Amino acid sequence: MSFSPETAAQLPAGARRLDLATTALDAPLPSDSAEEWRYSPVTRLDLDRYSPQLHPPGPQVPESELAKGCGASAIVQIDNGWVTSIAVTAGAKASGLEISLADWSDTSGDLADSNSLDQLHSAFTPGALTISLVANAVLTDPVRILSSQTGSDVASFPFIQVSVGDGAELSVIERQISGEDPGLTISRVHLTVGANATLHHSTLQSVGSMHWHLARHTTSVGEGAHLRAAIASFGGSYARLRTDADLVGRGASGELLAVYFGDADQVHDFRTFQHHSARNTQSDLVFKGTLDDRAGSIYTGMVQIHPNGAGTLANQTNHNIKLSDEAWAWSVPNLEIENNDVRCSHASTVSPVDADQRFYLHARGVPPVEADKLIVAGFFREVLDRFPVELRDEISALVSAKLDTGSSSRAVAS
Amino acid sequence: MSELIITGLRASVGGTEILRGVDLTIRSGEVHAIMGPNGAGKSTLSHVLLGKPGYEVTAGSVKLDGVDLLAMETWQRAQAGLFLGMQYPTEVPGVSLLDMLNASFAANQRLSDDMVASIRHEAERIGFDEKFLQRPLNVDLSGGEKKRNETLQLGVLRPKIAILDELDSGLDVDALRMVSQRIEAATEEDNLGVLVITHYSRLLEELRPDRVHVLAKGQIVKSGGAELADELEETGYAAYGGNDEPLVDGKRSLQDGETFADMFADPLA
Repeated sequence: MSFSPETAAQLPAGARRLDLATTALDAPLPSDSAEEWRYSPVTRLDLDRYSPQLHPPGPQVPESELAKGCGASAIVQIDNGWVTSIAVTAGAKASGLEISLADWSDTSGDLADSNSLDQLHSAFTPGALTISLVANAVLTDPVRILSSQTGSDVASFPFIQVSVGDGAELSVIERQISGEDPGLTISRVHLTVGANATLHHSTLQSVGSMHWHLARHTTSVGEGAHLRAAIASFGGSYARLRTDADLVGRGASGELLAVYFGDADQVHDFRTFQHHSARNTQSDLVFKGTLDDRAGSIYTGMVQIHPNGAGTLANQTNHNIKLSDEAWAWSVPNLEIENNDVRCSHASTVSPVDADQRFYLHARGVPPVEADKLIVAGFFREVLDRFPVELRDEISALVSAKLDTGSSSRAVAS
Repeated sequence: MSELIITGLRASVGGTEILRGVDLTIRSGEVHAIMGPNGAGKSTLSHVLLGKPGYEVTAGSVKLDGVDLLAMETWQRAQAGLFLGMQYPTEVPGVSLLDMLNASFAANQRLSDDMVASIRHEAERIGFDEKFLQRPLNVDLSGGEKKRNETLQLGVLRPKIAILDELDSGLDVDALRMVSQRIEAATEEDNLGVLVITHYSRLLEELRPDRVHVLAKGQIVKSGGAELADELEETGYAAYGGNDEPLVDGKRSLQDGETFADMFADPLA
């Protein structure tokens, strides 16, 4: 079943989707001539090859995946964009954790720079998974989400909304997986952090190598609240994440973290916005990536300090290691400051493995492949130490596996 | 009994010949010192012996117990028993001492069950604060702590021959004494052979050399006993083509046309 307004109408609240689906499908798809998509392969997106998932599939998630990580306040399964299972512990329920499906409505208009893919997402998402925690509730165990995609040439449109009440504390950990078939995911996550609340949102993306994964995260951080949004991006043919971090309350703070590793012909693409629109807000962005083979990365970031953002502290850092001559990385940090009482820093680098670091380890008897593994793992460690403990070993293993298979390991070994 | 034999070693950097035929033999238990003016090729010699990229060996041989080191990669030379204590130990963010030493031992299938104990023991011997053991390699360490860290690694790795490049730079008097005593002990306990490279004789008051060699313009131009170091302390390197005036309290003043930065400049830069 291909994309058409009629197929959208088969989804829940279908009649109300018709106009939006028509608009979305009539509009041109994004092109790399637009600044927002520069250097990306988006022009190669062939929507016609994919079919939207119109009915909930049976749960596809292997049990071994569900068992990962111990202790959870809730476990949610999403298959091909549909929420197929929600399990909340009695204790978390009693503490005020509620997880449900929201009624469908068009929310694409809420997004800044909304484009045809955002409209497509809104028209074809089965509905939003809504996770909310009442004020002053503190959950020590995370909410775990497993998003899985199966089948060939399926397009899925997951949508997750997290809302943490004033003074509450929550951690959400999402793992995204898929098979090796070609597939398309267009996803959206919206995080709302109430006054003096804390939210840790962590994502491990390890979908198959034929997959296109296009994600948009929007966040709203309230007065005195803290958000830590961390992404580990490993899978996909083209994996893109646009993050809009809005620090809207006085004294709000946000950490934006990413580790990514591209090999073969992968492209990892990050667009970030750190919006400081209230007094004394702080943001710290640290994105670190490694590129092997012919893989590439794009980082374009904007720190935007609005006129009423006095006392802002903002940091924006993107570092890349290139393991092969053909690997590439674009790194473009930007600042837009409309208030003088601020402290901002930004830094970006793209470089091969440091020759002196290599020589030091070699001179102590560490073989070249092992030395590069240590250096790359060490490069990621600073960021990885800010990820949930339960994800660190998994991510380290993914790094190690990529180093074992990439052309860099063969080149060094020869 | 090990033997490092350097014969007719010539090496270039970027087409410029720095070493012009170096002959030197170091045996287990011996301490040799190489002294010489800035730019004589002292650090180049240490780097060439370990095979640092960017140096081209144009003639000569380097053999450790009959094995041709020049045919080996850097890590293999280290595994064969060569150690380089660096003048400026490199910071390696995110990599711990334990990770590195474990990887080194694993590459040679050496047992490292007692690695942590061994590291602690060595740290204690040279007064290296245990809190530094958790730090990434050389990150946020002072100059002196870095040199202690190098010495600690020497103690754990137990090489056959150690080349110590300007070990004394950054070390205060007490630290210099502890580090020197540790190395001297290694010459007795493990029969370590040592080649110390130094500009000043300060180090050699603590670590007494069996032989002192003067390296000038890429060649060893004079060899003698420990008394040669004392003589150089008095006369400087002027007689050997160096631009150094006699050393005063282990320091020298700027020469005509030389900037402060020149004194610390990498001759290869």
